[in-house]
Formats: sequence, C-alpha cells, structure tokens
Amino acid sequence: MTAPSDAREKRARVSRARQAEFEPVYHFYGPHRAGLPPLIPYFRELWRRRAFAAEMSRADMRSANTSTFFGQLWLILNPLLLAAVYYVLVTIIRRENDPAFFAHLTLGIFAFQLVGTSVTSGAKSVTSSGKLLLNTPFPRLLIPLSAVRTAFFRFLPTVPVYFVFHAIFLTHVWSPKMLLSLYFLATMIVFAMGLAAFFAALQVYFRDTSSFLPFFVRIWMYLSPILWAPEHILGRFSGPIITLIQLNPMYSMIGGYTELLQSDAFPTPYMWISAAVWALAAAVIGFLYFISREREFAVRLV
Amino acid sequence: MSLLSVLSNGELPLAVKVNDLSITYRTTFERKPTLKQALIRFGRGQRAVREVEAIKNISFDVRTGTAMGIIGSNGAGKSTLMRAMAGILPPTSGSIEVWGRASTLLALGVGFNKNLSGRENIVLGGLAAGLSRREVEERADEVAEWTELGDFIDMPMRTYSSGMSARVEFSVAVHMKPDILMIDEALSTGDAQFREKANAKMAELRDSARAMFLVSHGLGSIKQMCNEAIWLDKGKLMMRGKPGEVVNAYMKFVKVKKSAAAMEDI
Repeated sequence: MTAPSDAREKRARVSRARQAEFEPVYHFYGPHRAGLPPLIPYFRELWRRRAFAAEMSRADMRSANTSTFFGQLWLILNPLLLAAVYYVLVTIIRRENDPAFFAHLTLGIFAFQLVGTSVTSGAKSVTSSGKLLLNTPFPRLLIPLSAVRTAFFRFLPTVPVYFVFHAIFLTHVWSPKMLLSLYFLATMIVFAMGLAAFFAALQVYFRDTSSFLPFFVRIWMYLSPILWAPEHILGRFSGPIITLIQLNPMYSMIGGYTELLQSDAFPTPYMWISAAVWALAAAVIGFLYFISREREFAVRLV
Repeated sequence: MSLLSVLSNGELPLAVKVNDLSITYRTTFERKPTLKQALIRFGRGQRAVREVEAIKNISFDVRTGTAMGIIGSNGAGKSTLMRAMAGILPPTSGSIEVWGRASTLLALGVGFNKNLSGRENIVLGGLAAGLSRREVEERADEVAEWTELGDFIDMPMRTYSSGMSARVEFSVAVHMKPDILMIDEALSTGDAQFREKANAKMAELRDSARAMFLVSHGLGSIKQMCNEAIWLDKGKLMMRGKPGEVVNAYMKFVKVKKSAAAMEDI
C-alpha cells in the first residue's frame, strides 16, 4: 500500500496500544439481570464517557430550540411567563401587591423548574432513546444524567434574569453569605439526578409514569415554599402539619436557597442537614435502582 | 502483554469466548406496558410477561484474525447473539468473554438524533462508542468525507433517505478503530457503488481488527468475506465450519436452490 496509509496504520497501532494501557479492553459478561454490576468499574466507565452525556444534552438543546421563532430566548421567556402568571394569581388571592414577593416567586420557580424538568424529562429519557440503547453498550445512567445536565443548562440563563429582579426589588440584600446558596443548589442537582434515574427506570416498566409526573410535580410545587414563604405558615398551622410540610425535601432545599439569597436570616441546621440527606438518599436509591435494572432495558424497549 | 502475540502453543489468542450461553428474556406482549394495564391484569390474575428463549446453550470461541459469518433463518437468534457479545443483552446463564473493544453496527441502525446533521451524529456516535472527544474530533471529518454525502452531511438527518442514513451509520461503525467489529444486516439499503466501497473497507478491517462478525442473509457475502461461519437455528448452534460447507448445509436444510436471490450480496 501507499506510504500515507502505512503511517495511518502505524498511528492506529500506537493508539491501540495506548488504549490497551489505559482502559479495560477485556469484558466479561455474566448473568446478572436484576443484580448490580461491579460498581467501581461502572462509575469509572461512566466518568470516562461523560463527554457523551454532555454531547447528547447539547444535541438535545440544539435540536429543540432551532425550529422556533424565539429560539434560545425561550429558555428565559418560559420561566418568566410562568413567574408572571403565578404572581398575578397570588396577587389576586392575597389581594395585596408585594413586589419583593415577586423576586421570591421567580427565584423559587426558577430553582424548582430545575428539579421539575429534570424529573419529567429524565423520566422520558430512557424510553425515548430508542435505537441508541438497543445498539450501543454504555453505562445507561448517562441517559438520565444527560437530561439533568440539559435541565441545568436551561436553568443557567435564569440566574442573571433573577439578579436583575433582585437588584430592582431587594436592593438592600447583598452579602457574601449569598454564595452559600450554592450549597442548596448543589443538593437540588444531586437530588434531581437521583429522581431522574429512578423515574427513568420506572418509566420503562410503566409507560404512564410520565403522564402522572407533571401533575405530581405541579402539586409538589404548591407544597414547596415558592408561592408562600416559610414564615407565612409557621404561625398558621399546628405542630404535626408543620412537621409534614418540613419533611418535603424541597422545603429545605428551596427554603434554604431563597433564605440565603433573599433574607438576612440564616437557614436552620435542620435545613442544611435534611437537604443533604434527601439529596444523598435520592441519589443512592435512584442510581442503584436504575443500575440494577438497566441491563433489562434492551429487551423491554423492543 | 500484547494481545496480538501468538501463544506459546502456536495458536492465536482468543478474541471472543462464548461459554454455554443461554439467553431467555422476559418481555411483555403489551404494546405499551402501563400502570393501568398492570392493575387490570392484577385484577384478573394474569401475567403479561412471556419468556423468549432466544439462545440455547451455545458455546464457541473465536480466535484473533477470524471473520465469522453468522447465518440462520429469521428469528434464529443471530441478532440476540450479536447484542449479547456487544454487552447489550445480559446472559441468562453461561458467559461471554470479549478481548477488545467492540464496534457494533446492528440491525436497527445507530439512529441518533434525527434533528441533527450527519456530522453531529458522527460525533455523537463516536462518543457513544467510547472514544474521547479529541479522538472523535480527529476522525469526524475523515468519516464525513468517507460517506460521500457532499453537502447533505451538514443537513438534518431527517432529510436523509434510508440509504444515506445507512452510509453515516456504517461509516461511524467502521472508523472507530474497533478491535472487534460486529455488523448485522448493515448494507441492505446501500446502493451498488457504496456497497462496493463498504466491502473494501470491511476487507481492510478484517485484516486490521482482531475479529469480525457478520450477520447476513446474503450468503454470497458470507462466503466472500468470512473465513469461518456458524449456523443458528431456533437458538441452537447447528454447525460451525468453513463458510462454504456451512452455507451448503444451511441451504440444504432450508431447501433453497442456489439461486441468485439467495446469494445476493448483503
């Protein structure tokens, strides 16, 4: 053959040798349909393929927004319109106009949307991945995680939008402790990853899961401190009901997040701890359930 | 240790070892399994899962340098075997060992995002196959050029004909420096000129890859491309041997005359 192809072949051989050095090229497939695969190699492989999840999410975002008139602008318009709708609703119900509350509402809705869309789009992610899942071996957990990444990148443009409102309505609240809100944002992301994985696996077995979810998410939003603030309910209800309200993971996550960003108060230790515990519990249960089931997906989706 | 070295007893090292493999999968016969259906069934005391015995106690091993053809009637378990060797379907019992990274081009096609261009799907396909971003970007243009789709490569894949999609899928599978290449009924939609090119590429890969598997109903291409063949029927391994002998036995079994249609290329 000609010289260039020789050179290419040599390159290929070198890169194959390099590859043999760094990645496992030996595979053993034994029977473990409902069991867990060895978790450390699984997560190592997952991490190695993160670029694929990122590309899948980028591709989704590109193809979703290119065909509409406003395109990328919808990422900001959509939550803004939602916030406006709820603001009108709350103003009518309360019969009072409180611009500072609008800031609270937008912050809460933007953050809740991050979790809500992670869950609803994560649930559909596996069943809609179709041929990709039937024909290519890779850690399936990448699929719901890519949906969470998409939700996060849809959340990002709402951050500057929020700070515009913050600058208008809450001029007096600026402090370094606002940075701590990132902790609650992180717990929300981890929590969303766990839920997305859990519902993605459930959706394979019960295809109506994704039809229930939007209603479940909507009710969940009303139960979370978004349309109301924690201080609104504390005097109004008795002990057991307060406990129930506080058991909602979003109470701690959204509550702590908005408190740090919008008030001088500091979240209670309960909020810090329960947010982390909920996030970790959701991630562990969701991931393990998903991983224990994922090898069956290929036959369930045919 | 080099995997490509010859073992001390003069035999080539194994590329794939399938050991007493059985695959029985349970799948629902419902078009869409829903909670509603599950509740109705529960009320009636029915079960909706059906067991499919796709592969029954198959054992074989494949040494480095083998191009293995897999033939058999529809529903014989060829695609299931390929999926199992690619690590997509788990064995019910038995085991599969694979030395090397498999690149698959399976019956249903790669089929990524139809709204993305061919070029973007090539990147996505490479990443799915486990290459790093840098490796994919190095290859993407070469792959895109190899498809010979011209300007279409940057248009959404929903505008492609089935043959054009097949070109993209084939190119992705063969350019990802596979150790083990698995091709399942890949080129049935390609045109004559592309088939020619694809066959040449597969011949080249047969020499460079550690092993190749080819599922095809085109018995001619099995004879032409492969140096070994196995014949599956209803999940059982019927025969293994030289492609010519296996093809003849299979044709005798299904009573097909050596017609042009049966020997037609993949």
